[in-house]
Amino acid sequence: MKASAKKYDRQLRIWGAHGQTALETARVCVLGSACTATETLKNLVLGGIASFTVVDDAKVHASDLGNNFLLDSSALGKNRAAAVTDFLLELNENVAGSYVEESPAHLLASNPRFFADFQLILATQMTEGAQVDLDQICRELQKPLICIRSYGLVGYLRASLREHTVIESKPENTLEDLRLHKPWPKLKEYAASIDLQSIDDITHKHVPYGILLLKAVELWQNEHGSTLPATANDKAAFRAMLKSWQRLVDGVPVEAENFGEAISNAHKLFCPPSISPELNQILEDERTNLTPDSTEFWVLAAALKQFFTENNGQLPVEGSIPDMTSTTDMYLQLQRLYRDQADADITTVETHVQALLKSIGRNPASIPRTSVAAFVKNARNLRVVRYRTLKEELQLDTVRSDALRQALAAEDTQANASLYLLLRAVDRFHSTYNRFPGTFDGELEEDVALLKATVASVSADSGVGTAAVSDDLIEEIVRFGASELHVVAAIMGGIAAQETIKFITRQFVPVGGTLIYNAMASTTSVLRV
Amino acid sequence: MNGADRWADLNKLLTRPGKITGPGFEPDPALLDFLQNDARVLCVGAGGLGCELLKDLALQGFGNIDVIDMDTIDVSNLNRQFLFRMKDVGKSKAEVAAERIMQRVEGVTVTPHFCRIEEKPMEFYEQFHILVLGLDSLEARRFMNQVACSFLEYDDEGNPDMSTIKPMVDGGTEGLKGHARVILPGVTPCFECTLWLFPPQTKFPLCTLAETPRSPAHCIEYAHLIQWQQERAGDEFDTDNEEHMRWVYEKALKRAEHFGIQGVTWQLTGGVVKNIIPAIASTNAIIAAACALETLKLITMCSTGINNYMMYVGADGVYTHTVAYERDPACTVCSSSVPFEVASTDALQQVIDALVADKTLGANLSAPSISHGAENLYMRGVLEEATHENLSKPIGELVEAGGVIQVNDKKLVSTMRVKLKYSDLASMQQ
Repeated sequence: MKASAKKYDRQLRIWGAHGQTALETARVCVLGSACTATETLKNLVLGGIASFTVVDDAKVHASDLGNNFLLDSSALGKNRAAAVTDFLLELNENVAGSYVEESPAHLLASNPRFFADFQLILATQMTEGAQVDLDQICRELQKPLICIRSYGLVGYLRASLREHTVIESKPENTLEDLRLHKPWPKLKEYAASIDLQSIDDITHKHVPYGILLLKAVELWQNEHGSTLPATANDKAAFRAMLKSWQRLVDGVPVEAENFGEAISNAHKLFCPPSISPELNQILEDERTNLTPDSTEFWVLAAALKQFFTENNGQLPVEGSIPDMTSTTDMYLQLQRLYRDQADADITTVETHVQALLKSIGRNPASIPRTSVAAFVKNARNLRVVRYRTLKEELQLDTVRSDALRQALAAEDTQANASLYLLLRAVDRFHSTYNRFPGTFDGELEEDVALLKATVASVSADSGVGTAAVSDDLIEEIVRFGASELHVVAAIMGGIAAQETIKFITRQFVPVGGTLIYNAMASTTSVLRV
Repeated sequence: MNGADRWADLNKLLTRPGKITGPGFEPDPALLDFLQNDARVLCVGAGGLGCELLKDLALQGFGNIDVIDMDTIDVSNLNRQFLFRMKDVGKSKAEVAAERIMQRVEGVTVTPHFCRIEEKPMEFYEQFHILVLGLDSLEARRFMNQVACSFLEYDDEGNPDMSTIKPMVDGGTEGLKGHARVILPGVTPCFECTLWLFPPQTKFPLCTLAETPRSPAHCIEYAHLIQWQQERAGDEFDTDNEEHMRWVYEKALKRAEHFGIQGVTWQLTGGVVKNIIPAIASTNAIIAAACALETLKLITMCSTGINNYMMYVGADGVYTHTVAYERDPACTVCSSSVPFEVASTDALQQVIDALVADKTLGANLSAPSISHGAENLYMRGVLEEATHENLSKPIGELVEAGGVIQVNDKKLVSTMRVKLKYSDLASMQQ
């Protein structure tokens, strides 16, 4: 076994070998080298990215030794990017790392092409203006950007990219569509071939619940027309019928596990899983009208849509079934039927894919069957995340002030929406007074008054002019004085690393808005402004 | 080096007044001195969470940290346990972690304890202001919970004596999910109060494994639990022994082929046999930092604390939920007393037998000793003879109705307080 397979065993169980390969070829650029940057990088280096590049011209100060684990006193006075690079490289011998001794702001003004070499750019502790400039550069280069900040007991994260598509969203709870309400002919035939009357007692107790439900619904529809049990009475009667099929021993019905499972899984028949709003949007997305430049995801989505339309709103069969109390033979037979149908459905979608590719002048074989199969298997959980530009979020004519106003009014998001405004206010404060509020112990009260006025102007410029930000929060922000606390950096670095891994592996779903972490209350909110 | 410059960021929180702080917060430069010199914190576990916790605590100004862990370093730890290197494999986690933290964070003292948590006496745990847990097993959490709750004392009205509360902060992760919680025994729910939060492990019925296997996991468990005993009886199965694991894998593969079951892999074999919980650096970083921050808040009151459980889910965006769980008033570990019904005419021996036989209370009892206030009712060991005659006395003569007896047992970490209700005197009590 490869040594790295052992080293990465615990994460391979999460994102698989293909996810790991994506990581191992990813080059990540990090702007800034303070602890918010290094705590992010530490997690990425441990996970095994190909390489990182740290950009910063700051020197190591005494205060760095109070919050940054990737430094020690031997580095005092040296370039911080260089110093942290050395320590980061110790963490994983398979990762390469380098640094650029230059201020991030200067670099993005002087050499925007610099960022073209990377898969993803992470901006740490940058103020609003610089973030907006960087966002424009990354948009043009089509590179995902993640901006993070730790500010006292507050954290901020915002990703930016025109569009991120996810096939393997890996939801925690998956809905199984066993197609019990609309079985295909072969599945129906198999269910009919099992005669519950004539089989022996042992087999009777081992007929998988999927078959029991199929037989029950067939009988039900013979007696009630082609409808499914709908009312509470119907459903109770349906369950009672299943129960009555259990065999008697000495005149008493024996509680058999397979029948118990059939009764408790009957809801899978009554309400088959619906199409998620996210999938519905994807199927209706205008990008399913293909152009020669369409990405693989949208070609596959267009093919899926065609399948969906042709099959009266049915998705392809997924091919996997949950465990059921059963004999080995009956279970494997049932599993085979689902696999075969899934294969047939993949073939249908594949045919559509080839025709679609041909129609837009592309090589019909350019999307392999394995890709089609992966897409079809995850069809129910496909996701598309789109981000507005940072500029759109900040300008009065484009900011979603309604969403912001709602967040400021709702009890559970009020404080965090206020913190969002306050983080913007501290940047405006900085550009006006050339320091962050609360930098000096002697000016706390004065800064509270100034910040109060600043946050009012930020609110007005966001279309929420009447919103009141609580004085307590304003005072806390001044108290923080732009401090970068190690634990807040560790939390934001953890989240930023996780989001980076989602973009690179294209697994799981990244945060779709602006994330505010409130370390005072231990809460997070995602604002869609 | 340890001057104000170094801790400038942390000091803003500790020396400036604030409106959103814990009860009784007094900004003071002495808070940092206290953290550096006097505060004692025990980090339980030096694994994925433990490594992060040690780093976080050290960089929050804690100057004296103890860490306890019985484990040695394995290759599969290196994707997240960042204090360890390939050359450290096989060494004590606690010892290597302590050394690395002290190398990097000047001025901090980390004292390692390379042993099982059960090996330490109560006096060891008593010396800490706070216990921070980075564990991955329910058993270890329950043990530490009993330790923390054992220091708790109640006054006569059944209110917790605040000076006896040993705060505990606990974190846990699985993949992209995790939790951080604060346990103040007697005030917020302890582990036993909310045991339902930990779902039971899935176990396959043996007859399924033997007679009707359907999944690759069934084949693996058959090889592991049944075939091993049949074919290698006397040879103790060890999950860390690669030859043993490979044997199980190969047997499972054969069995799967025989039945036509697909999907037995080396990776799955490890997962099923060792019950491996997937783990990544980022989730550990998030949860450990949340725990370390709560630790700082509890010690300094510099900000408001979690009440009392935060869950984190990172698979679909970032979702957190903070919830105030409630204590179980009849909790056998942290409540002032657990109600238990007997007849006043029952002999003390009968009461003891009933306690041991009780489904809940008896789980941690084998040979209990009983006292009531300062009076020994029945004691094992040297006092057995002196208290033996009480065994035949009716309990009603020894303890008043509604009285609380203290139950001690080898299997209990702390005393269990049981409030006796007399079924035959029920009407009189009302």
